[in-house]
Amino acid sequence: MDDQPPSLLDVRDLTVEFVIERGGARRIIRAVDGVSLHITPGETVGLVGESGSGKSVTARSIIRLVPPPGRIVSGSIVFEGRDLARLDEGDLRHVRGARIGVVFQEPMTALNPVFTIGDQIAEALIVHRVARGAAARARAVELLDAVRMPDPSRRAGDYPHQLSGGMRQRALIAAAVACQPSLLIADEPTTALDATIQAEILDLLGSMRDRFGLSLLLITHDLGVVARLADRVAVMYAGRVIEEGSMRDVLAAPRHPYTRGLLASLPGTTPGSRLQAIPGTGPDLAALPPGCAFAPRCRDRFDACDARGPDAITVAPGHSARCVLYGGIS
Amino acid sequence: MACVDVRELVKTFTRRPAPWSRGAVVRAVDGVSFTIAEGETFGLVGESGSGKTTTGRCMLRLIEPTSGSFALRGEEVFGLPPARLRALRRDMQMVFQDPDSSLNPRMRAGAIVEEGLIVHGLGTRSERRDRVLQLFSLVGLDAGQRDRYPHEFSGGQRQRIGLARALALSPCFLIADEPVSALDVSIQAQIINMLMDLQQQLRLTLLVVAHDLRLVRHICPRVAVMYRGRIVEMGSTDAIFRDPAHPYTRALLSAMPDPDPEAHRRRIIFDPAGVDLAAPLREVEPGHLAAL
Repeated sequence: MDDQPPSLLDVRDLTVEFVIERGGARRIIRAVDGVSLHITPGETVGLVGESGSGKSVTARSIIRLVPPPGRIVSGSIVFEGRDLARLDEGDLRHVRGARIGVVFQEPMTALNPVFTIGDQIAEALIVHRVARGAAARARAVELLDAVRMPDPSRRAGDYPHQLSGGMRQRALIAAAVACQPSLLIADEPTTALDATIQAEILDLLGSMRDRFGLSLLLITHDLGVVARLADRVAVMYAGRVIEEGSMRDVLAAPRHPYTRGLLASLPGTTPGSRLQAIPGTGPDLAALPPGCAFAPRCRDRFDACDARGPDAITVAPGHSARCVLYGGIS
Repeated sequence: MACVDVRELVKTFTRRPAPWSRGAVVRAVDGVSFTIAEGETFGLVGESGSGKTTTGRCMLRLIEPTSGSFALRGEEVFGLPPARLRALRRDMQMVFQDPDSSLNPRMRAGAIVEEGLIVHGLGTRSERRDRVLQLFSLVGLDAGQRDRYPHEFSGGQRQRIGLARALALSPCFLIADEPVSALDVSIQAQIINMLMDLQQQLRLTLLVVAHDLRLVRHICPRVAVMYRGRIVEMGSTDAIFRDPAHPYTRALLSAMPDPDPEAHRRRIIFDPAGVDLAAPLREVEPGHLAAL
């Protein structure tokens, strides 16, 4: 599309498959199925989905860290003018951690338990040749101060187990932004945290974005997190983006029956009332129906839904939904 | 008479960083008192370390309380000798947060639900079989699935198995500890609806332990907010959400994730130094207590 602002990241038709051998039978599971996603400089995009939606695999594919036996089958991942899908491992290392910072859900496993957090942040600077020696150490303390770590110069000498969950997440964010990347990928950055700490970390991510001029790709299952931080939202189900638009459009006027169902199922304004649950269970990626993957659980399902996977239909400027309710039946 | 009457519950743990150090006493639950009326749903909310889960576990004596009392329908639970406690466990049961770790992976679903009946020597083999079938239908599971193992079920279905197990002995009092927090959002509403239905249908007295304020607001007419082992605010959920009195409650409510894009989002930060954490609960309006 021509009228889009220049992209920092432009993912097109990304498909990721996992080959599973079970009892001698080989099965191919398509975890990500033709996902396109773009992020402009300074923008925050929320990638929302439940378990099995493919949101985390998409995020890991962007930095080419798909866990084996997964592999990128097709698609392009153009970031700052280069296709990461085709970059060799040596060049990737200059992108990962340097141009793209990453914050994962479990700060305890993402941090190395036998090094102090100051050393780990300094290591990022040294590896990417941003600073070295005493300068790297001093910069690490500055970064800890920037993420509002209390008493940063003392905390730099702490090991991960000496920190609370919220402080660990702050340390990870400091390491992720150390080399001043242009894109920060945060995969469920607050899921393991208490509500009050979660709100602090989200505010921190927002202020890091503004201060360093970062773009933010925020992976989450929580629509409340999206509402707090995102400019645009892409909702995933069974490996595909089924709705995309501005945060306000998607949350205030959702079009896809799945997005509508998710919002309607949340406990809301009338205590004690029956919730509008989405029936059934999450999709089985190894046995998806031929048509729309959400059709078996959908209230608005009709015969056309089972015929073939629906295309993404533009329902309003900058707002699309992958549902035959909005056309696309040939 | 209240169905559940907890008074001055205290649970301390000794934290010993190394075997030779003297250790520090941590008061995980520090003088908690509340009552729940017969057939009422009561919520206990708090963040990690608030003592909410420890309170629930002490009540069922899954861990031994340090001091305090808990009367279930007038019968004191904490002083009971083991044999009598075992009998009383029929009346109080728990649904756990994580259906992955709370169901024995080597037992079939039907056997998991039936186990309590066997332990308590209830019914003949065919009576127990009928009861299991009845429980499966009560929680919306297909009776044909009872020979399957837990891993063959989805997360939501496993939570249904946990609920069927808890209900097998027809308890009058059920503790649901974070009953939906391990589940996908689209599945949570199914389990919340079922919990509300069963509470009505079986006239259960229900204690919901949760960090999710939206869940608690939806299903609990009355709630207590815990912070560092103490109840800092207690009263009708409506009053507390409308007009929170304690600074911690205010901070907690302001941090509540809200998917409404137009929601007012001014985050209130709680400063523990600014309040007397030892203050006793006092009435701020009828039926609404705060530790101020």
